[in-house]
Amino acid sequence: MMAAKPTKPEEEEPVTASQLAQKTPRPSATTARPPEVSAHARSGESASTGASAGAPGSSASPASPAVVRMEARNLDFFYGPAQALYQISLPIERNAVTALIGPSGCGKSTFLRCLNRMNDIIPKSRVVGTVTLDGVDIYGGEVDVVDLRRRVGMVFQKSNPFPKSIYENVAYGLRINRIGRRSQIAERVEKALREAALWDEVKDRLDAPGMGLSGGQQQRLCIARALAIEPEVILMDEPASALDPIATQKVEDLIYQLKSSYTIVIVTHNMQQAARVSDYTAFFMLGKLVEFDRTVKIFTNPGKAITEDYITGRFG
Amino acid sequence: MTARGSAARRRLVSSIMTGACACAVVVALVPLGLVLAYIASKGIGSLDLAFFTQLPKPHGETGGGMANAIVGSLKLIGLASALAVPVGVLSGIYIAEYPGSPLASIGRLAADVLNGIPSIVVGIFAYGLVVLPMRRFSAIAGAVALAIMMVPIVTRSTEELIKLVPASLREAGLALGATRARVTFGIILPAAFPGILTGILVAVSRIAGETAPLLFTAFNNQFWSPGIDQPTASLTVQIYSYAISPYDDLHRQAWAGAFVLVVMVLTISMLARLATRRLERMRIG
Repeated sequence: MMAAKPTKPEEEEPVTASQLAQKTPRPSATTARPPEVSAHARSGESASTGASAGAPGSSASPASPAVVRMEARNLDFFYGPAQALYQISLPIERNAVTALIGPSGCGKSTFLRCLNRMNDIIPKSRVVGTVTLDGVDIYGGEVDVVDLRRRVGMVFQKSNPFPKSIYENVAYGLRINRIGRRSQIAERVEKALREAALWDEVKDRLDAPGMGLSGGQQQRLCIARALAIEPEVILMDEPASALDPIATQKVEDLIYQLKSSYTIVIVTHNMQQAARVSDYTAFFMLGKLVEFDRTVKIFTNPGKAITEDYITGRFG
Repeated sequence: MTARGSAARRRLVSSIMTGACACAVVVALVPLGLVLAYIASKGIGSLDLAFFTQLPKPHGETGGGMANAIVGSLKLIGLASALAVPVGVLSGIYIAEYPGSPLASIGRLAADVLNGIPSIVVGIFAYGLVVLPMRRFSAIAGAVALAIMMVPIVTRSTEELIKLVPASLREAGLALGATRARVTFGIILPAAFPGILTGILVAVSRIAGETAPLLFTAFNNQFWSPGIDQPTASLTVQIYSYAISPYDDLHRQAWAGAFVLVVMVLTISMLARLATRRLERMRIG
């Protein structure tokens, strides 16, 4: 399989064999360091230090993810005549947590929902530009949106368990995607519930209704439901905004643990949360990507004054 | 005016309004209570086993029952539901799922108009549609008339209840890679099911009491009517024809029939509430 390795810049070093197998040839613009981001979103890149936690072998700028899992390029989004996103270009690193922050209505949720084409269901909405998953444009004609959403899972702001039992909630994705036989489904339900740190709390009442759980448990149930079909990327839209501090802590611990096997994008209003859980942070405002960099950099030495004003709470 | 004075006034207005609302509830309940009490007092005395097991006796003979009319009513209601429920539920789903489409707006308007059409007119329509081509009165003709009355009720209640299902459930299903059809039939419809069931049973109890649409369609029958292509007796038409007859004995039978009909409709309503509550509890826990 290694024979398939393309002759690419050295940033490609950490690519695993399995990922290479999935990879299709991509345009040269998709190096690990997208020029779009450099050009219009980052002014302070010269101040970047070489600290490279989580990006072994990377010789690029610290803001450049070592392995790009998904990438938006020049993405515009319209709700009817109203433009909600302007020329967003953003790489999303594999096995890392990318946080999207910004004031309400800045387009971060809209952007998140572009990544699994959830916005398709909004009438009169329109997307211009590309979003790639492993180099393939997810808005391209040959991509099946059902298959895409299986690979790019989503957890919503408000927990939304199905009106079914705990077990059936988690098994639903397996059943509709025809994954596994009956015994395997039971195994995968347990695995997903364990991954979501919910198993011990519900193992004795898997037949109880999912909606009978507490708010924090419901949200972890929804995370388990998303994990059960083993997506490659998980999108989280303010997953802890409706939870109390203890439940929030559990969800954050969970995100930290899931990072090793999944690529995670999280929208959050909570600055501390972004700082705690994420490796990269993208700051959105008025539908534009203002700044994207390592979370450490954004929170300690942001490149733009407006980013600093936002994260220090001067507005928003 | 002092704060204390305005608070006293507010309490006074509050208690007056609460009292007025309570009075309105009582006024609404009085006719129901009177009707039930009157029918029970008149009907129970005339009920006997023969009423449930025997056919009507010829004029002049006493005794006999309405066994064929009870079975006929159940048959008509069952047939009408079999025709109307699929059409009503599916069109309700369509109107709720494609609310902006021209067909949906027309469908919604048509359901409301159909709901307002007098039942006698529906009966005449079914007469032209089914009885004339078949050249005879039949259970199926009566069922068609009743089904036409059920469809708009089922359609609108299905539409309303599907719209009540939170959009977040739909998104959750789609985000797991479910197709739109799977989400609609596997998540949205089950979530709305208790309410849809209530809507169906409301429609059933509505048509169970209809007489006019049956006069030209199912007509009546003093005997058992096998199959669905023969004139069929029903409780309502039997009550009507007995009530306008000059014989005391038949009047008593009509009261008994009225009582049985009311009990049937009440039972359906109770079942509806019970089923809804049980299903809700299963979901919410």
